[in-house]
Amino acid sequence: MDHLLSSSAWLLALGQALLFAALAPGLTGWIRKAKARLQNRRGAPVLQPYRDLYKLLGKEVRVAHTASPLFRAAPYVVFVATWLAAATVPLITVDLPTAMIADIIVLVGLLALARFFLALAGMDVGTAFGGMGASREMLVSALAEPAMLLAVFTLAMTAHSTNLASVIDAHLHGPLVLRPSFLFALGALVLVAIAETGRIPVDNPSTHLELTMIHEAMILEYSGRHLALMEWAAQIKLLLYGSLIANVFFPWGIATGLEPGALAVGLAAVVLKLAALGALLATAETVLAKMRLFRVPAFLNLALLLALLGLLGHVILEVGS
Amino acid sequence: MNIVDLPLQEQLVLVLAALVLLSSFVLLEQARLVSAIHAFAWQGGLVAAVTGLVATAGHLPHLYISALLTLVLKALLIPWMLHRLVRRLALERHAEALHRPALVIMAAVALVIFSYWLVIPIVEQELAFTRNMVAISLAAVLIGLLMMASRPQAVLQVLGFMAMENGLFLAAVSATGGMPLVVELGVAFDVLVAMVLFGVFFLQIRESIDSLDVDRLNRLTETPEEDR
Repeated sequence: MDHLLSSSAWLLALGQALLFAALAPGLTGWIRKAKARLQNRRGAPVLQPYRDLYKLLGKEVRVAHTASPLFRAAPYVVFVATWLAAATVPLITVDLPTAMIADIIVLVGLLALARFFLALAGMDVGTAFGGMGASREMLVSALAEPAMLLAVFTLAMTAHSTNLASVIDAHLHGPLVLRPSFLFALGALVLVAIAETGRIPVDNPSTHLELTMIHEAMILEYSGRHLALMEWAAQIKLLLYGSLIANVFFPWGIATGLEPGALAVGLAAVVLKLAALGALLATAETVLAKMRLFRVPAFLNLALLLALLGLLGHVILEVGS
Repeated sequence: MNIVDLPLQEQLVLVLAALVLLSSFVLLEQARLVSAIHAFAWQGGLVAAVTGLVATAGHLPHLYISALLTLVLKALLIPWMLHRLVRRLALERHAEALHRPALVIMAAVALVIFSYWLVIPIVEQELAFTRNMVAISLAAVLIGLLMMASRPQAVLQVLGFMAMENGLFLAAVSATGGMPLVVELGVAFDVLVAMVLFGVFFLQIRESIDSLDVDRLNRLTETPEEDR
C-alpha cells in the first residue's frame, strides 16, 4: 500500500488524468473521420476537434440576459465532475492511487452530478429548447442509470469488489474464463454507453434538429469557452465509457505496475483498443437509424434486462450451489 | 460448482445456455410474427449447439444424434413450416406488441428466479457440470408457458409451446445427459406431427372466425354479431 502514497504514483495519476483530457478530442475526431469515410466523404482531419476547442476557447463569451450565475458556473462544474470521474478509470495502468479513493459507484455518482448541472443549465435561460433537452436527458438518464448500476454490480459480484482496479486485476490475473454474466454485462454497458454519450440510435451528436436533439438542446445557449468546456466534457465522457468497456472487458495489455516500458505498452494497447471501438461505433452509427424518442425507453429496458440476466446468470450458472 | 474450476469447453456450454435464456426473452418480447419465428429458430440452433457440446465435453456420443435431430427439426424444419404457413395465411406483416411489455418481462424475470429457487434442492445432489443449467431450462419452459398465456395469437402460442419443448429437451440434456434414444425419437416425431396438426388447425380457425386471435374463440355465437 505504501507505494500508493508515493509522489510518483500521484504524479502518474495526474498525468493519466491529463492524458484523458488530451486524448478525448482525438477519439471524437477519429470517430467522425471513420464515419465520414464509411459514408464516402473525405471528412475533417482527425485533429479537427482540437482546433475547434482552441478556437472556442479564444472566443468571447455571450450570456443571455435571463441567465443566473448558475449558468456561468455550470460548464466548470460539468467539466470538472466529468474529468474527475475519468481520472478514476484506469486508462494505461491499473495501479493508481485514484483507484483506491473512488470505486464504480462514485464514478456513476460523479457522472450524475455532471448531468444534473447540465440539465439545470439547460433550463436556466428559460428557452423552450433548453427545457425540452433537459427533460429528455433526465428521461434517458433515469432509465440508463439502473441498467448501468446493475451491470456494474454483475462485475462487482465476480470480482468481490466495486473497485475498478480490483475488477480489472481479477480479470487479468485469473485464468481465461468465459463468463455468461460478462457477456450480458458487456451488452448492457454498451447500450448504456450509447444512450449516455448521445450516440446515434438515441441522439444524433452532429445535428441541431429541433425535434430530435437531446444533448445539443441543452448547450444551445452557450458560446465561447463555456461551449468549449461543455463539448470537451462530452468528449471526455465518450472516452471514459470507451476506456471503461475496453479495459474492463478486454484488459489485456494494460500496465499493472509503474515501469516505463509497461506504461508504454499500456498506452499503445489502449489506443489500439479505443481505435477499434471507435471504428465499431462509426460502423454502427452508419448502419443504424436514429430511433424515435419514445422508443428509447424500450432500448434502455433491453439494457436493464441484459444487466438483470447477467446478474441472474452469475448467480445461477457461475457460482453454483 | 464454480465456473472457474470448469474447463473452457464446459464454460462455453454455460455461455450458450445463458444465450438460450436470452433467446426465450427475445421470443417473448417479439412483436413481428416473422421475427418471432426467426428467434425460435435461433433458440433451436442454440439448444442443438448446447447438446452437441455436452456430448463432446461429457463423452456422451448418443447426444450427437439428439443434437443433429434438434438442429434439423427445431432450427430448420419447423421454422420453415411455420414460415410457409404464415405466408399462406398472408400474415408476414402481422405485428402485435405485447399488451404490457414491462409487466410480462418482469413476470418472466420472476419466473427465472422462481425456477432457480425450485431447483436448488435438486442440484445439491452431485450431478455433472451441467447441473447449473437445470434452472435455466426450467425457466425456458416456464417462459414458454408465459408466452402461451400472454399472447392471444395462435401462431405465437404454438411458438410458445415449441419453446417449452426446447426447454424440456434442455432440461433432459442437463439433468440426466439426455433421454433414451427411443423416447427422443418419439418426442421429435410427436413435435413434428403436432406441427402439421397445428397447421391444419390454423387454417380451420382462420376459416371459422376469420382471425387467428384465439380469444375470439370464447364466443359461443353461431351467427356473426351484426345479424342479431
